[in-house]
Amino acid sequence: MQTTTSWRSFRMAAWLGWLIESNWTDPFLFAVYSIVKPLSGAAILVIMYGIISGGNFNTPLFPYIYLGNAFYIYVGAVMTGVSWAVVDDREHYKTLKYMYIAPIYIPVYLLGRGVARFITGSIAVFITIIAGVLFLKVPLHFEEINWGLFFVTLILGVVMLALLGLLLAGITLTVARHEGFIGEATAGALYIFSGAVFPLDVLPAWIRPIGYFMPTTYWLELLRRSLVGNVAQAFPTLANFSNMELLGILLGLSIFFGVVSIWVFRWCDARARELGLIDRTTNY
Amino acid sequence: MSTSLAIETKNLGRIYKLRGSKKETRKELVALQDVNLTVERGELFGLLGPNGAGKTTLIKVLTTLLSPTSGWARVAGADVHAEPELVRPRINMVSGGESSGYGLLTVRENLWMFSQFYGVPSKEANERIEALLEMVGLKDRMNTKSSDLSTGLRQKMNIVRGFLTDPEVLFLDEPTLGLDVGAMRDVRRFILDWLRADKERTLLLTTHYMAEADELCDRVAIINKGRVLACDTPTALKQRLQKDVMFEIETSPLNGLTMQMMEEQPEVKKAALTDIEGGARLTLSLVEESALARVFNLFAQKDIKVMNLNKRQPTLEDVFVDLVGRSMAEEESNGSGE
Ligand SMILES: Nc1ncnc2c1ncn2[C@@H]1O[C@H](COP(=O)(O)OP(=O)(O)OP(=O)(O)O)[C@@H](O)[C@H]1O
Ligand SMILES: [Mg+2]
Repeated sequence: MQTTTSWRSFRMAAWLGWLIESNWTDPFLFAVYSIVKPLSGAAILVIMYGIISGGNFNTPLFPYIYLGNAFYIYVGAVMTGVSWAVVDDREHYKTLKYMYIAPIYIPVYLLGRGVARFITGSIAVFITIIAGVLFLKVPLHFEEINWGLFFVTLILGVVMLALLGLLLAGITLTVARHEGFIGEATAGALYIFSGAVFPLDVLPAWIRPIGYFMPTTYWLELLRRSLVGNVAQAFPTLANFSNMELLGILLGLSIFFGVVSIWVFRWCDARARELGLIDRTTNY
Repeated sequence: MSTSLAIETKNLGRIYKLRGSKKETRKELVALQDVNLTVERGELFGLLGPNGAGKTTLIKVLTTLLSPTSGWARVAGADVHAEPELVRPRINMVSGGESSGYGLLTVRENLWMFSQFYGVPSKEANERIEALLEMVGLKDRMNTKSSDLSTGLRQKMNIVRGFLTDPEVLFLDEPTLGLDVGAMRDVRRFILDWLRADKERTLLLTTHYMAEADELCDRVAIINKGRVLACDTPTALKQRLQKDVMFEIETSPLNGLTMQMMEEQPEVKKAALTDIEGGARLTLSLVEESALARVFNLFAQKDIKVMNLNKRQPTLEDVFVDLVGRSMAEEESNGSGE
């Protein structure tokens, strides 16, 4: 791969993605939307938790749920963002074929399109967590945060999510209809299987292996541990693993899924060319 | 392999597998069959054919968007299927009659972005954008969001996108489709100017406007139902018919007279029909001028009135009729189209 071509693809895709993402005629509306949407998502969860737990916000389960939900915003943003670029360019702007014949790397281009969602997603995550600390007493203590672990995990996880997005983008390319649904469905499934809002132990034993196979499970666990170490000890799911072991597993699974994603994308790309799907529009 | 060729295809074929309703057996549609073409560098090459002939399919194969199902094609020296990464930096493509582009970006931003994907230095890109927009008369709309442009203006922007990256081989799929007469003329002149400015530049365009092909192209391939029926200069194609006498006759409604009945007359070689308001326009190609008398006899029998009669030089349309047996309009209304 030539770095100049990659960089060009990535840089311009990020530029374009940002203009599309921030395309709000009113910047005020844009700001409100970026704040209100994640907060209302968190609020629903908090209310549900409050009802079910009888208003007990002092158990370790509450920060577990709250942080899991907050970081899960990245899954919807980055993974779905990357794959959504295919739908957007093909169906909406009808430019995918022109991107395809340009001398760029399409996978890198798609990853670049996810950058804007990563930025807006980060803002949403940040605001959600701050709100949790200020108003809901999420036990986050600045001096106890393991910053090193936090940033390493965050970056590794975001790269992993972007590569999963590429996998979905490949499938999206070859799917004839309802392709917008793929990203949402995958994000939804991962929400359940990654222990985002409840520990995996809650699931029936035969379903749990799916969760153990998902890198997102370890990613969320590590993020929680880095921010609020005491929470993790309260749940048996991954209690036997040290931080380093979890990081190793996360890295291994990320590499595995990364390789699979790139392979699947190439395969789908060739298949889309065979079937003539690159400029197909559904004309709903 | 000679490097002077811009485009070369060998027994190129493309079959689409059609998926009907679930239980139906899968059908196959032959969109291209045994296409053998060579286009020299510097040529303006035209693909002429009715709807569904396979023109767009051929362009998609040549621009690396679609894999061939048989044979091969090389563009700018590289195989389109095996080495798309070598082909892509050297080509560009524009399809007419569609409004693509990022509506929320301005005309300039849209174009600038594409130039950056091709690695054109930013300053040079901006200069080219201004010059090209000036040439197509869109410069005053440069900072308009492209969603605010009319369809025709957006198509002009799209055309500029194709030329902007200064490709070695440029593919234009019906570039003038949907444009008004003035814009059409502008675009045609623009195409010719661009090509003349550098003799290494090659342009392949598809059209189903006969006059466009005739006026613009150095060579034309006539294509129907996925096959190339003839490929030559417009003059040479027309000369094939020079020995015949061509008449164009406008009449009152035909009252059941068919082209087949006409062609059964001795010395009437071809008869093609175009419906016009209040009657029909017949294009006849006769071995001898005297055959006209027989045609008029037929008219008299069917009580058909002649409104207008013209003797004329053969056109590419006539070449098409000669090759296919029907006019392009007839061919399009009789199925095969999309
Ligand atoms: N993706 C596809 N799947 C199945 N059939 C297709 C597909 N694309 C084109 N075809 C069929 O292939 C044939 C050739 O189509 P093509 O678009 O190449 O024609 P064309 O010469 O460009 O016609 P037009 O003048 O209408 O643009 C047509 O019969 C068309 O219906
Ligand atoms: Mg076409």
